[in-house]
Amino acid sequence: MALNLKLHTQPEVPLEADCICPDKLQSLENNEISSLILFHGNRQVQLGDFFDCNGTFDGEIVIDGDLSNVKHIGATMSFGKITVEGNVGLHAGAAMRGGEITIEGSSSGWLGPEMIGGRITVKGDAGHMTGSGYRGSEIGMQGGEIIVHGNVKNETGHAMRRGLIVVGGNSGDFTGVNMHAGTIIILGQMGMRTGAGMKRGSIISFNQAALLPTFSRNCEYHPSFIKFYFKYLEEIGFKIDPSHLNSTFERWSGDSIELNRGEILLSMSKK
Amino acid sequence: MSASMRIVNGKVYDPANNVDGEIKEICIENGKVVDSVSDEASIVDAQGMVVMPGGIDIHCHIAGPKVNAARKLQPEDHRHDVHPGTPFTRSGSGGTTPSTFATGYRYATLGYTTAMEAAVTPIGARHTLEEFHDTPIIDKGFYVLLGNNIFLQNLIREKRMEEFDQAVAWWVSSTKAYTVKLVNPGGDEPWKGKRNSNVSDIDEKTDEDLSPRQIIEAFIKTVNKQGYPHPPHIHCNNLGHSGNYRTTLETMKTAGDMRAHIAHIQFHSYGGELGKNPISKAAEIAEYVNSHPNITCDVGQVMFGKSTIMTADAPLAYVLKGHSKGKWVNVDTECESGCGILPFTYQEHIYMHTLQWAIGLELFLLSEDPWRIILSTDHPNGGSFMAYPKLIKLLMDEKFRHEEMKRVNQKALLKCSLPELKREYTLNEIAIITRAGPAKALGLKSKGHLGTGADADITIYDVMDDKEMMFSAPRYVIKSGHMIIENHEFKTDFTGKLLHITPEYDKKIEEIVQPFFENYYSIEFSNYAVDDRYLHDHEIIQTGINKV
Repeated sequence: MALNLKLHTQPEVPLEADCICPDKLQSLENNEISSLILFHGNRQVQLGDFFDCNGTFDGEIVIDGDLSNVKHIGATMSFGKITVEGNVGLHAGAAMRGGEITIEGSSSGWLGPEMIGGRITVKGDAGHMTGSGYRGSEIGMQGGEIIVHGNVKNETGHAMRRGLIVVGGNSGDFTGVNMHAGTIIILGQMGMRTGAGMKRGSIISFNQAALLPTFSRNCEYHPSFIKFYFKYLEEIGFKIDPSHLNSTFERWSGDSIELNRGEILLSMSKK
Repeated sequence: MSASMRIVNGKVYDPANNVDGEIKEICIENGKVVDSVSDEASIVDAQGMVVMPGGIDIHCHIAGPKVNAARKLQPEDHRHDVHPGTPFTRSGSGGTTPSTFATGYRYATLGYTTAMEAAVTPIGARHTLEEFHDTPIIDKGFYVLLGNNIFLQNLIREKRMEEFDQAVAWWVSSTKAYTVKLVNPGGDEPWKGKRNSNVSDIDEKTDEDLSPRQIIEAFIKTVNKQGYPHPPHIHCNNLGHSGNYRTTLETMKTAGDMRAHIAHIQFHSYGGELGKNPISKAAEIAEYVNSHPNITCDVGQVMFGKSTIMTADAPLAYVLKGHSKGKWVNVDTECESGCGILPFTYQEHIYMHTLQWAIGLELFLLSEDPWRIILSTDHPNGGSFMAYPKLIKLLMDEKFRHEEMKRVNQKALLKCSLPELKREYTLNEIAIITRAGPAKALGLKSKGHLGTGADADITIYDVMDDKEMMFSAPRYVIKSGHMIIENHEFKTDFTGKLLHITPEYDKKIEEIVQPFFENYYSIEFSNYAVDDRYLHDHEIIQTGINKV
């Protein structure tokens, strides 16, 4: 049986709830879980001051309510499952190492920053800096998957080194900025300056995009590996237009300020 | 006002008063150590504990524009090391460049009660004083960077030494500094003017027809003539380069028999050929220091792990950024100095880093006069001040030292004498290199000892076999008579004071300096000198006592 947390009081200022993490709840009784300390703004409060706690923790946590003002849910988690029945605030799944977070609503910015493993699925939209590195860090996401069915904002996959980010809708500016490696798939439109400063890695889009002058067009081809990705995306709930399955892709290499080893693949089907 | 207090049953280490581990009573009243207090005074039972004066860090980088630039450069450093508040103290962030509040509290948690910021440009003095106001518990002061000041170099070149003396005094007094600091004297201006340019020898003439030796000599003479409590604090030329020990020896010889302090001498004790791996010349450097009582130095020990290179030696930072290949920042300091900052990690398996670590320990262990070789890591350049307890353990525990030696680059150990050195520091010697010695070198007569009239800055440690553990967590820390830490917990907050000097100068020098300002500086002359509003609680240390 899952542990059910229901938000009974909406926090006036952000609530830093990094204790809502399977690693930190295992072997605790419900009353101990209710007494866990978290920060409400700059004041320490108990989990029970904001959440009703029911059920039994068996590796799964189900959270009910609008958590737009609740930060750091599932941060550093290494196993188990968290399901959020509404929206979540900043830094959900930060530095996550394993397990699964499913968000039925939308996520604020900094979703899965510096993530190492596991999977985050967002049924709605996500904010800025999805799967990115924190300011000052040279490396962002190092593994795992972030699946967003809606749109994302700027700097998705900033400094990403490994893993997969899939966005069903559009992405903002600077998608894959300073990317080291890994794969980003944007099924919708991408904003400006995609792949700026990228060293390696692949950014794939179903639509054309205005690229920086430091990217050079290589060829048009049918990359066979993309079909495997599309098959996987269909398995996890995306609807892929059959016209894309055998689409030709334009391959652009860049960023030439970083030795031209990254690639951006743009589908020709909508050109 | 602080309460009266009587510390009883403690084993007292007060080297300045020849007290070496005696069970002795220490009485405190009105923030000072006194002969006796009334029976109503509170009692601190230090049974089974060691009582020492509060620690004094003679060379660290804890405040000012360059430290702030380092903080901004490394947000990741702070994120991983949050410093929580307590009911009495404020929160902050840590890492190798902690926030102002965390800096003060963390020094206190090691039993340190005074720290000197070792390099501040005159134009950054105001900022530094504001940060000092927010650096709690500890008393503090700073050394003002004048060794690459264009105006002063012009005076030296034109041999206008009387005006030079007055100008130095004006600069020190106007910035509320403690003494003058020379960093790679003569080297920054060539670098700022020409790509990759620097001086490589103490007698090499720059384009301005001036050698580092002329600059060093001029400053040593003026500071000794005016009798500053602390002599010029000198970061020699060629820091970090193989073969630089010759420059260091020549710099010390330039002082003759006048007082001079050589900063982070470990970084200046390398033999070998330029561009090749260095070897240790700690023995030669230690021998010179041992036989010249006019020289004091701090070691600048390298500790393995994360550090931040933060220096007014901008050419050095530029060279190092080529090795680290990471982020760095160079800060404009107008006509006064240079500044380069980059995150750095010292690693055991690297030859150079191991040799630096070993040379620092050699210098400590070869020193015959602990009063003149002072413990420092050049925080945060060689490592954080939070590594001091581990450094103390390395000095006090030969067995631990040998265990650590097994983990480092073995080729580097062959190029130094560290494996043969058996010496272990005593608690009395630790009290000298961390308390009494720096106080004496700084000319702080009311600090570094527990005699009558001394500032009641006192640390009480539990006696433990593991000296790292012992010096990491004092049971009591008393600052100016206030019980700051009791049973390892903060009991109150406290704002320490600024220590500075006010050397006298002829007001006419301002008329000579002003036109230079109007031509070359970004700020008005009238806005340059720091006025007294920027001083919080402060103490003027007397000049003119040690005049030569």
